[in-house]
Amino acid sequence: MAGKPVLHYFKGRGRMECIRWLLAAAGVEFEEKFLDSPEDLEKLAKDGSLMFQQVPMVEIDGMRLVQTRAILNYIATKYNLYGKDAKERALIDMYTEGILDLTEIMLQVVISPPDQREAKISLLKDKTKNRYLPAYEKVLKSHGQDYLVGNRLTRVDIHLLEVLLYVEELDSSLLAPFPLLKALKSRISSLPNVKKFLQPGSQRNPPVNAKQIEEARKIFKF
Amino acid sequence: MAGKPVLHYWNARGRMECIRWLLAAAGVEFEEKFIEAPADMEKLIKDGSLMFQQVPMVEIDGMKLVQTRAILNYIATKYDLYGKDAKERALIDMYTEGIVDLTEMIIQLVVCPPDQIEAKISLVKEKTKNRYLPAFEKVLKSHGQDYLVGNRLTRVDIHLLEVLLYVEELDSSLLDSFPLLKALKSRISSLPNVKKFLQPGSQRKPPPDAKKIQEARKLFNIK
Repeated sequence: MAGKPVLHYFKGRGRMECIRWLLAAAGVEFEEKFLDSPEDLEKLAKDGSLMFQQVPMVEIDGMRLVQTRAILNYIATKYNLYGKDAKERALIDMYTEGILDLTEIMLQVVISPPDQREAKISLLKDKTKNRYLPAYEKVLKSHGQDYLVGNRLTRVDIHLLEVLLYVEELDSSLLAPFPLLKALKSRISSLPNVKKFLQPGSQRNPPVNAKQIEEARKIFKF
Repeated sequence: MAGKPVLHYWNARGRMECIRWLLAAAGVEFEEKFIEAPADMEKLIKDGSLMFQQVPMVEIDGMKLVQTRAILNYIATKYDLYGKDAKERALIDMYTEGIVDLTEMIIQLVVCPPDQIEAKISLVKEKTKNRYLPAFEKVLKSHGQDYLVGNRLTRVDIHLLEVLLYVEELDSSLLDSFPLLKALKSRISSLPNVKKFLQPGSQRKPPPDAKKIQEARKLFNIK
């Protein structure tokens, strides 16, 4: 198990950011090799390093793992952030998948053609406010505990914090009707590893800008 | 743990079929409550049974689980089809996610506007032949074993068989250049629980027909 995990992706949030968050929250130092050009991606693919010629890819414990969920699941298990049994894992998975669905909608807004963007943002806000945030507020209300599952920190608290920060970037008024979510956001942000990751100079990435989207289009050809 | 799992979905493959396959392969009997009209869906939502107002939903062991992957993960763990340790699980997850990506492309054909469908079919065939099938053939070649992971049956062998059958439905010539995949397809199909599921009269669902596609569009509000 020598050596830090090595993350292969371009220098932006995209589909790697949730992995960066989880490693950071687990207190795991990691290295990054950034894809700066289409040639970088082609080289990795030609090397046979990418099972489906796609990134994210993470080198960890002798494996070259691709597929975001496979990577997240492995990290969560390794650092004991995946609940204590199958039933807790089921809840964690169910909640995580909802968060990933919401994150996917956000990603689609980022890469959408300018003429479709307004409609997509509208849909995103609607789903955030009426489907996703109420679902998680309800979970917290149902047990009154400080964490979503099992009364202790698991991966899904980290995933949720991450997406709540994106919701806030989109429109901070969206969080207003959800006091328990706001409290969780505060609490998880204060955990030492998370607090450190939130500070300037960490490996956390800022919101994507137009230039980065263009670079990503070239590298990933979309 | 009394009672069989109950599956809530409409009477079609969609996002529930992989769950039906896994339960069947594990030898688990299950019941189905079919959503036949928008009102059925609304009732489930009003009951608070659907965390994100979506199906698939499976009632199992006192839980009302939604989200396909959450359901599959729970079933795979419960019936010991998820590998023996974290590293095997990582491989299973990586391979499963690739299969899910391919399956998703195939599912999307069902709700694709008619003017785009030929281009989409082309894309699916290209990705199947050049990205996905070679990746899994390579895995089998690398270890020469009868199963994808850990030299015994796991969930991903079932997921792979399922998608190979869909590939075959799309274009049977796509499998021609992949002898190890064809052999696995044959082998897994012969396992008793799987063989039974493949026979007429099982809960396996047929390919969607034009009528089902119309229903899907209505149910999911697709124009």
